[in-house]
Amino acid sequence: MTKNISLNLISGRTIQQGVAIEGGKEKPLYRTAAGIIEMDESDFKKLGAWKSTNVRVTSEYGSVIVKAVQTTQGPHPGLGFIPMGPWANAIINPNTYSTGMPTFKGVPVTVEVAMNEPILLGIELVQKLCGVKTE
Amino acid sequence: MSEYLIKNGHVFDPVQGIKGDKKDIAIKDGKIVDKVGSGAKVIDAKDKTVMAGAVEIHAHIAGPKVNLGRIYRPEDKLFSCTPTKGMERMGGGASIPTTFKTGYEYAKMGYTTAMEAAMPPLFSRHVHEEIRDTPIIDEGAFPVFGNNWFVLEYLKNHEIENTAAYIAWMLRVTKGYAVKVVNPGGTEAWGWGLNCLSINDPVPYFDITPAEIVKGLIEANEYLGLPHSMHIHPNNLGNPGCYETTLDTLRLAEGFKAKNKFGREQVLHLTHTQFHSYGGTTWGDFESKAKEVTDYVNKNKNITIDTGNVTLDETTTMTADGPFEHHLTGLNHLKWANVDVELETAAGVVPYIYSPNISVCAIQWAIGLEIPLMMKDPMRCYITTDHPNAGPFTRYPRVIKWLMSRKARETQINAFKHKDKVLSQTAIGTLDRELSLYELAQMTRAGPAKSLGLSAVCGGLAPGMDADVAVYNFNPDKPVADPEDIEKAFSRCAAVFKSGVQVVSNGDIISNGHKRTLWVNVKTKENPQVARDIAEKFVKYYSMTQNNYEALGHHFVPNPFALEVDATN
Amino acid sequence: MTKTITDVICPFCGTLCDDLEVVVSDDGKKLLEVYNSCVIGTEKFLHSQAPDRVTRPRMHQEDGSWKEVSYDEAVEYSAQMLAKAKKPLMFGWSSTNCEAQSVGNEIAEISKSCCDNTAATCHGTTLIAVQDIGLPSCTLGEVKNRADRIIFWGCNPAHAHPRHMSRYSIFPRGFFTGKGQMSRKLVVVDPRVTDTAKMADLHLQVEQGRDYELLDALRVALKNEWLPDTVAGIPAEKIRETAAMLKSGRFGIIFFGMGVTQSLSKNHNIDAAIALTKDLNEHTKFSIMPMRGHYNVTGSGEVFAWQFGFPFSVDLTRGFARYNPGDTSTIDLLTRGEIDAMFTIGSDPGAHFPISAVKHIAAVPSVCVDPHLTPTTGVSKLHVPVAFNGVETGGNCYRMDNVPIDCRKVVEPPEGMLTDEEFLTKVRDRLKQLKGVA
Repeated sequence: MTKNISLNLISGRTIQQGVAIEGGKEKPLYRTAAGIIEMDESDFKKLGAWKSTNVRVTSEYGSVIVKAVQTTQGPHPGLGFIPMGPWANAIINPNTYSTGMPTFKGVPVTVEVAMNEPILLGIELVQKLCGVKTE
Repeated sequence: MSEYLIKNGHVFDPVQGIKGDKKDIAIKDGKIVDKVGSGAKVIDAKDKTVMAGAVEIHAHIAGPKVNLGRIYRPEDKLFSCTPTKGMERMGGGASIPTTFKTGYEYAKMGYTTAMEAAMPPLFSRHVHEEIRDTPIIDEGAFPVFGNNWFVLEYLKNHEIENTAAYIAWMLRVTKGYAVKVVNPGGTEAWGWGLNCLSINDPVPYFDITPAEIVKGLIEANEYLGLPHSMHIHPNNLGNPGCYETTLDTLRLAEGFKAKNKFGREQVLHLTHTQFHSYGGTTWGDFESKAKEVTDYVNKNKNITIDTGNVTLDETTTMTADGPFEHHLTGLNHLKWANVDVELETAAGVVPYIYSPNISVCAIQWAIGLEIPLMMKDPMRCYITTDHPNAGPFTRYPRVIKWLMSRKARETQINAFKHKDKVLSQTAIGTLDRELSLYELAQMTRAGPAKSLGLSAVCGGLAPGMDADVAVYNFNPDKPVADPEDIEKAFSRCAAVFKSGVQVVSNGDIISNGHKRTLWVNVKTKENPQVARDIAEKFVKYYSMTQNNYEALGHHFVPNPFALEVDATN
Repeated sequence: MTKTITDVICPFCGTLCDDLEVVVSDDGKKLLEVYNSCVIGTEKFLHSQAPDRVTRPRMHQEDGSWKEVSYDEAVEYSAQMLAKAKKPLMFGWSSTNCEAQSVGNEIAEISKSCCDNTAATCHGTTLIAVQDIGLPSCTLGEVKNRADRIIFWGCNPAHAHPRHMSRYSIFPRGFFTGKGQMSRKLVVVDPRVTDTAKMADLHLQVEQGRDYELLDALRVALKNEWLPDTVAGIPAEKIRETAAMLKSGRFGIIFFGMGVTQSLSKNHNIDAAIALTKDLNEHTKFSIMPMRGHYNVTGSGEVFAWQFGFPFSVDLTRGFARYNPGDTSTIDLLTRGEIDAMFTIGSDPGAHFPISAVKHIAAVPSVCVDPHLTPTTGVSKLHVPVAFNGVETGGNCYRMDNVPIDCRKVVEPPEGMLTDEEFLTKVRDRLKQLKGVA
């Protein structure tokens, strides 16, 4: 039985994500910048995981592998932050409740260690989830 | 097809003094000419009224606050959408039409020139983008000066030459047309949530009074010899008793003479006079002071006015009088938008419903009609609705009906819930006068053109002038059976020409023509101090660089028409 | 010898810095250095000439590979796609200039499309709130010159608008704010201790998603009425302290972002924030401003509004403009499977939409106009790379405070590449032929 913790997930901008998108979303730098979940120190302890471990983050809407990193904008126990991008958007709440706006901020997720599972590159992830054939 | 002959129409042209004679109007290569060849296309104007294209001297039709109104009022589009049809782009908006619709609606009513009444200079690119996207009609825009930090600082020390140099620079970099003043000093005070309600209230920090601002700008305007005069929306708009502030403001023009090469004779143009002609002390004893204001203007010939007629519609108010809009939302609790503009001005937007069941609205309606009916010289009084503030410009035909038919006015008065108050608080019930077509032509064509310094270009049908012509399905020889026929006839023209191109036929758009952006290019002596002051304020206080502020490339103004002014004397 | 081009506008975010200096080679062809911009803007300029740049349109093949096609073929595919579709959607528009947006509007009108911009996933809910309650606002220079109370609510400019604080909101010495940041008090409301919050005089670490309650509580505090001990995780004492601090200023401004537009209460959050601003105007001068994301999403809203009457989520399918967020908005249209053709330009929905919506883009004929390779180009049938707007072509853009600034061209695009405007014009002209329109 793998241990998992529950977090409230939000997504948003970071400077590193901004630089990475201008450098090219097909590049590994984008994955480094946005294929991550920033967690509070206390949540790492609860999960029993090392920093910079691959984790599986799952919501009612989907599941994605990202790298768990220690937050630099905390403390925020109970809150997880995945920078905006395809990794976050694999699992955030797509419902707009008739406003046109999906619920990018505030979706309950579970996090469990997934040390051996790979984190996909940005474009690759979206193509895979959409079933688009690639070379 | 560049030759046309509009045959057999009843012509009303104050420029040539023609009062309904049957006359042919000949058009060739964009101009009115004496005659054309036999190959000219003939437009049959038998039993129709022929006038020059109308000139809108003051409307809010292009720019940031107009668009803010569109953005924040989706409901304005609910019942007023027009589909893509032929060469007409789709349109929408009852009180704030989209730009394509604005051009088409003006043209269909026979308007061929319109002035955007207030351009915040920082946003000149936006104003010009919307002007560019408004088809058919020539347009110009008035940058606002009455709350501008440069103007406040120069006029504090009565530095007229510097003020003039600054105005010239501003008109050039914004491709502006005239010196517009809105709530002088009060809108700068609004930057701190304050206001100036009389001409002697000092502006916080800058310590100059509205009176000094207004007089200084009149002086600077005449120093330069601009085509139009200083154009003012005085302090204290819309409050009971405000007519006193209006008269105080008008008196500031005493002793000034117009100096220019464009035929303009006034030194001050008072806009939307209706909003500035209120007596009483509260909404309870609210009354008309139209007589007091028009008495003064009748006697002082260096002033022109426009009316600002209330049309009794749901509309949207929008003005650079920021504090007034905040006050208005306090009265009617409808959604309020506001934008303060660094170093320059502000704007506010609030929807308003002029209900015929509310006595104040009915009195406002009456005041708007009293003013032109009490003005003796129709060449100095122009019909507007301060669109969209007192009503949409698409209601001009209705205003014309009220002015030309006493019966129509009576019908409206009888429909008011508080008819008694309208009759007791205004003189509308006593006014028999009905405007003639000639007077209408003075008030909507020749008059505004002259006031704007455009009397050589438009507003008339003399040979050499631009061929801007409107043909109405209105027979001056037939007595009017039903006043509604007046409104109908002036709503959709039989034919409209703009610069010699036929743009409307039987109420439909048939061409976009080649609209122009009118602006004033002033040459002045070099003024190193003003140049330094401008550079310094950009470095220190503006949020944009001077080079970017001055950037107004060809894609913004694709077809400019500059009136040249040489002020290097 | 090199040449320095000044007054360059950065085409990344809504801060729209216009004081960049770009150094190019003597022949004007190579971009060498960028001064004054933040690290993101610098990357945008310098990366635009990366050697691995895609310079020609390419079509996705059955076997998963990409085949290069000509611009003419790309025009043909795009025009045919839009002509044949029953309900096409033209989305994005936020990273291109107003001139291109205007041509796009013509295309949308002729093809009877839905058209929408990135406000759909950014400040669309702000626009809905503004349509309910209004918007007391100002230009950024007013903040620079007058503001002594700044609130960043649900936004993190240190990361998303990096030069905002130094150009406009915290550090500048303006006309009435000569002491720079010492003239100002900063309040940050954020569930995290963000890099922006670290600079605040007061950080309200609100419980995520409970901003509506906190905004309401501030309005109550302004009226000196009763409050519970804690609201949204913030003690009543701190709420009152905040209200007092805001009231005591001469000119305040609330800047807000995705923390309030994208969390569950959406437009209601913004409604409450604007209501708070209006209430504050009873005490002192206060304004509110959305931190717009893309550098020209504001412009797209402006152009949609003056041409069609609505700022986003516009449906032209019946030959006149209709607007009903939730019904005519992009995410909902996609999720309900109503779109049968997708034209994306100046944005990346593939990366920034929920994946369930992206799946629908992948399922229909689709074109993506973008100089970069992105998740959207990765799932579209046709990728049309174009010149970088603001680098290789100029054009008008609107800053977050609606101020228009004309972007500059600093270098030529790669040989043979079209700009957005040029490509769209060709599509429009071909579409007119297909539809038999003059």
